Amino acid sequence: MADDQIELMAHLMRRVGVGARRDALEVLAERPYEDVVEELLHPDELTDPDQDVFDRYLPVLLATELPESPGSRWIYNMANGPRPLREKMALFWHHVFATAWFKSSHARAITAQIELFRENGLGSMRQILLDLSRDPCMIDWLDNSENHAHANNENYGRELLELFSLGIGNYTEDDVKAAARAFTGWTFQQPWPRYPYSEGIAPIFKFDETDHDFEEKTFLGQTVFDGEDVINVIVKEEACARFISRHLYNFFVADEPGVASWVATPPRDQDAIDILVATFVDSDGDIREVMRTLLNSEFFKEARFQRVKSPAEFVGGVVTLAGTPQFPDFSTTELWRATMLMGQALMNPSSVEGWHTGQEWLDSGTLTERVNFAVKNLMDTSNPGVASIIERVAASGDATPDEFVERCLDMCGPLQFSEDSRATLIDFAEQGGLLSFREGVTEEVEGRIGRMVQLIVSAPEYQFA
Amino acid sequence: MTTKIQKPPVLVVIQLSGGLDFMNTLIPYQNGIIRDARPALSLPMEDTLPLDNDLAWHPAAKALKELYDAGNVAVVQGVGWEHLGGPGADRSHFRATDIWHTCDSAKIGTEGWLAKLIREFDPLSENPVTAVNFGLGLPRALAASGVTVTSIGNLDKFGLMTDIEQEEERAEDIDIFKRLYTPGLGNGMVQDYLAQTGTSVLKSADMLADAPTQYSSDVEYASNPIAEALRDVVRVHTAGLGTRIFYTQHQGYDHHSGEGILFPKLVTELTEAISDFMQDLRNHDASEEVTILVFTEFGRRIRDNGSGTDHGSGGGCYLIGDGVEGGLYGEYPSLEPKDWLYGEDLQHTIDFRSVYTTVLEQWMAVDANPIVGGNFEQIRPYKTEVAL
Repeated sequence: MADDQIELMAHLMRRVGVGARRDALEVLAERPYEDVVEELLHPDELTDPDQDVFDRYLPVLLATELPESPGSRWIYNMANGPRPLREKMALFWHHVFATAWFKSSHARAITAQIELFRENGLGSMRQILLDLSRDPCMIDWLDNSENHAHANNENYGRELLELFSLGIGNYTEDDVKAAARAFTGWTFQQPWPRYPYSEGIAPIFKFDETDHDFEEKTFLGQTVFDGEDVINVIVKEEACARFISRHLYNFFVADEPGVASWVATPPRDQDAIDILVATFVDSDGDIREVMRTLLNSEFFKEARFQRVKSPAEFVGGVVTLAGTPQFPDFSTTELWRATMLMGQALMNPSSVEGWHTGQEWLDSGTLTERVNFAVKNLMDTSNPGVASIIERVAASGDATPDEFVERCLDMCGPLQFSEDSRATLIDFAEQGGLLSFREGVTEEVEGRIGRMVQLIVSAPEYQFA
Repeated sequence: MTTKIQKPPVLVVIQLSGGLDFMNTLIPYQNGIIRDARPALSLPMEDTLPLDNDLAWHPAAKALKELYDAGNVAVVQGVGWEHLGGPGADRSHFRATDIWHTCDSAKIGTEGWLAKLIREFDPLSENPVTAVNFGLGLPRALAASGVTVTSIGNLDKFGLMTDIEQEEERAEDIDIFKRLYTPGLGNGMVQDYLAQTGTSVLKSADMLADAPTQYSSDVEYASNPIAEALRDVVRVHTAGLGTRIFYTQHQGYDHHSGEGILFPKLVTELTEAISDFMQDLRNHDASEEVTILVFTEFGRRIRDNGSGTDHGSGGGCYLIGDGVEGGLYGEYPSLEPKDWLYGEDLQHTIDFRSVYTTVLEQWMAVDANPIVGGNFEQIRPYKTEVAL
């Protein structure tokens, strides 16, 4: 049965990844919590599953014209890779720096941007913003390639301040103009003409000095010349530490209201934000340090089921639990579409505003998609995850309806269900009476456990991480 | 006000996300200042579709021009609001969209204006399809606690646990689902919202089950998201389920660059879809009770940036329908440089809440003040009176 350590590990893995299966949690729970956190914080020391094997079995995933293929592979790695936090940090930055495929229709370009976040998502804020500002997909997305020395395009300058680093209210309109001027000439090029040659080749950053405004500018009261200076000023601002800390809190700890209301609505846990801000400031914006503080904090450990799962977390969690898709099953390629129907098209958000999180993930349409996806993946009792649940429920012997429900909740999580939901499931279990293994694991017994798991993942409680 | 309609009035809202360049839709084509300010967007005069001596439609808006010529389009010019925080305060997509959705330009509003309208029509949340949103994700305009909205990604596959083939098992699972999603006491706000959402999924799925099969039409819509969404509006509207508000979005209007190529594509899709939609409604004898409101979060900067236009102000709205008295409403913002807001933007000439108030009072027949948060002057764009 669930013990505190396993419940804590389950919580950690839901937040740094998409959740882990019961057997994996038991292994993790034998180690000190801080050790597990430390390993998660150093994904470089582990390696991904062999991606070439992936390509060989599923050449369709090599198709680069749509975000569907790289997006599906990303979700697959979130669910199955050995480095969950690396993928989760990439998803975090993708939330904050929302960039979409639809503008360039160049999947290699957006994939390269996500790759930057995977590589350096736990690095310094300064480097992350620098990488971002030099990323061709971002340059194209927010038109910095149209930001010329003598004809400024403010799009990137504005969003860098408003959406990516400081938040509204922490800069003036003049700062936007100064930032735009500083980034003139930061553009990109396609190594070879894109059609028909290099659809598969990502564009590269280019500094065009003939199109750069070399004049002195005043940005947030300081003298700057180019984009790097602007970023150096930004990351020293306490507003930047606060903005990113609140984003991290919303993404990893507990749901906050929408970003647009931050200027007027205080954080739900001001003390927690202050702790994260202090680490950010002390470490000069080292995201790994901030994440270490966050994951080891009491406020994190206590915040169980305080977030509505994002579609990527939901889909990744379901396939982890069900053990689907099994490599190299073709259905791997359908993961992206599943999250898209739930309102989160990875690598293709509808605007730079990004996704609204928390309760706003859920409406009648997206809830329907979630329930249907979960049921579809868990209804087949031969799926390895479901088979393993059945095996482990059976291993504890005959179960009263009450015990039957408890064991299934434990194996699917452990999950916390309300008294009402528990009673509903127990009523259902009672229709079949005692869950008996006297005649072994019969088809009937398998069916009953499978149905119970289906109902658990359809329940409101399963929407929370 | 000549005729009266007997059916309950219906509002179809189309949000153009990203900030439609109003000046490029209805172009001051004779104006030298504008031609000089927008060299990257300037079209040969003979390509534009003149409306009068000052304004011409962009050629991509041909389908809308035809509806306008037939007297079914009221163009509201220079729509915006007073920016309280100085230049750029409301140039954020976030902020501007929130202002339109919640009618609150001073602080962060929490309740959507249409959600308040839904509450007016269905105070006890008895009909989950009083308002229907087509698209993924619910716009804040429709969100408020205790208000139920049905949001549909795919009308043809709308239903719960449709993968369970055994009918009996599915029925039983759905019964249990219903119990699991019964609102409990003291579970918390998000849990309450979720329970309410789950309950409405079941009810709306039942109601909408037959809508796709009952509908047939001779109108051939184009294959793009806005055309498909508007066709779905007709499918649900003609099913007669008591839906009073439909909502959908058309995305991609943030034309900082490549406006010369991207803008015509979107505007063509949009205006042709609206034209097909009107025809389809008329074929089903279901047009007289419908008004379309097209809005966007802001207009764009007067000067182009060499390839597109940056965030600005002074946008426009369109009211479309058989009950509409076609024509130009409000005033086109002054194009004289001395009048430019902050030296670079159009001054708005009418508050967006005036447009809302007009639609709410004259078409939806409700008291607008509590919904938009004040008294706003109205325009008179309707020839039909609502009998309710």
